[in-house]
Amino acid sequence: MQFFLDALLWLFDPANYVPGTQSPLPIQDRIGEHLLYTALSVAAAALIALPLGFFIGHTGRGRQFVIAFTGGMRAVPTLGLLMALFLIVGSTVPFTQAAFVASIVAFVILAIPSILAGAYAGIESVSPAAVDAARAIGMTELQILFRVEIPLSLPLIIGGIRASVLQVIATAVVASYISLGGIGAIISSGIGLNDNNRILGGAILVTVLALVIDGLFALLQRLTRTRGLDRADIDLRAQPVGLVTVTGSPVDEGKSNVHS
Amino acid sequence: MDWAIANRELIFSLALTHVSLCVLPIVASFVLSIPIGWLANRRPWARTLIISAGSLLYTIPSLPLFVMLPYLLGTRITDATNILVALTIYAIAMMVRSASDALAAVPADAINAATAVGYSRWGRFWRVEFPLAGPVLLAGARVVSVSTIALASVGAIIGSANLGYLFTNGKQRDFLDEILIGIVATLVIALVFDLVLVLLGRILMPWNRATRVRRTRTAVA
Repeated sequence: MQFFLDALLWLFDPANYVPGTQSPLPIQDRIGEHLLYTALSVAAAALIALPLGFFIGHTGRGRQFVIAFTGGMRAVPTLGLLMALFLIVGSTVPFTQAAFVASIVAFVILAIPSILAGAYAGIESVSPAAVDAARAIGMTELQILFRVEIPLSLPLIIGGIRASVLQVIATAVVASYISLGGIGAIISSGIGLNDNNRILGGAILVTVLALVIDGLFALLQRLTRTRGLDRADIDLRAQPVGLVTVTGSPVDEGKSNVHS
Repeated sequence: MDWAIANRELIFSLALTHVSLCVLPIVASFVLSIPIGWLANRRPWARTLIISAGSLLYTIPSLPLFVMLPYLLGTRITDATNILVALTIYAIAMMVRSASDALAAVPADAINAATAVGYSRWGRFWRVEFPLAGPVLLAGARVVSVSTIALASVGAIIGSANLGYLFTNGKQRDFLDEILIGIVATLVIALVFDLVLVLLGRILMPWNRATRVRRTRTAVA
């Protein structure tokens, strides 16, 4: 426990927040980088995965693809993907930028499956009766998507984004191995220097960051839940584990987290 | 490819370590999550508590957990125990949810019928509820297996000699083939584990084969 107390004291030591100090410090810069990488790559992934997920969820075409793709991506080791991209990107991009470019590309690839599955499962979970009713009163397909399906499934769509954000926060720590900045840099410098405070302080910091952001997303999911929708059983903590049941295997297909 | 053939002994021993790191978490999570999942279905508050605790644990990023555990367990940072414990925590966090969902989805009619024909609580659980929950439990175990195998390689950063070593070593030597071989080897292990689980499911749940129809969403909802 003493190690943890020391690490907390280190985290709260103002000296570690002085601007212009040596590399893994100041701490706030590393937190900023971590958030920047996460926001950047999740935004890029969402631009790709949301439209695709909406299309698949709305038309029902390609659901086998989503299930196979999200399941398959789960098997890809993040560390291997990062290192492979680092070497591939490093052969064309200057060394100083290679880590950044390779990491962002890897994060985008890793963020896509959860967002895609969330968007697809969300749209799919909308009651067919609501969609039929919308069609019956003369809405176009696009209107149905944007005015019925997306609003009704927003909590699940955000759930997918939530899972991908957590995935990127975790992977960004690992990316410190290819000397990407972020909080992982504090941990790796700690491992290099055998400095317990840095190792533990960094680890505690990322964990708290992940939990706080997870909590914020949970709140957002709660706020976006349509009041008229009488589905008290929507489980807002269903991500990321809940996606498992959506994408797990044909056996349990259709048993999305809405029905859990 | 030449490299893989020349270094087949290294790859084989790394793969062996990789497998040995993953088997315990996968098996332990399955065994432990069944009583926990059962408990979650007894009381609504227990379910909320267990599911929340599970997803909270799952939220902890992997590398930070790997490096925090030595301080909690009193192990050395390079000790394989850290990775075993971390993988087990994640596996349980994932599996508990599947287990409680699986047990909750057992039709109440079947449970009532079993009670009516005189099963004790214990007998009813093992001979009615558990088998009926089987397919969903299997689906959960397959996801746990794949995720655990993929995650284990991160342990290479803190010195575990599993397939992740091919990633860190390949990066240091600027040798892409080694990394790609590592990825392929990891995928192969994941696939083999998955096949074993599916096969086990076929053997243990023969009744499931006959009704292996594609369920649509309306059939469940």
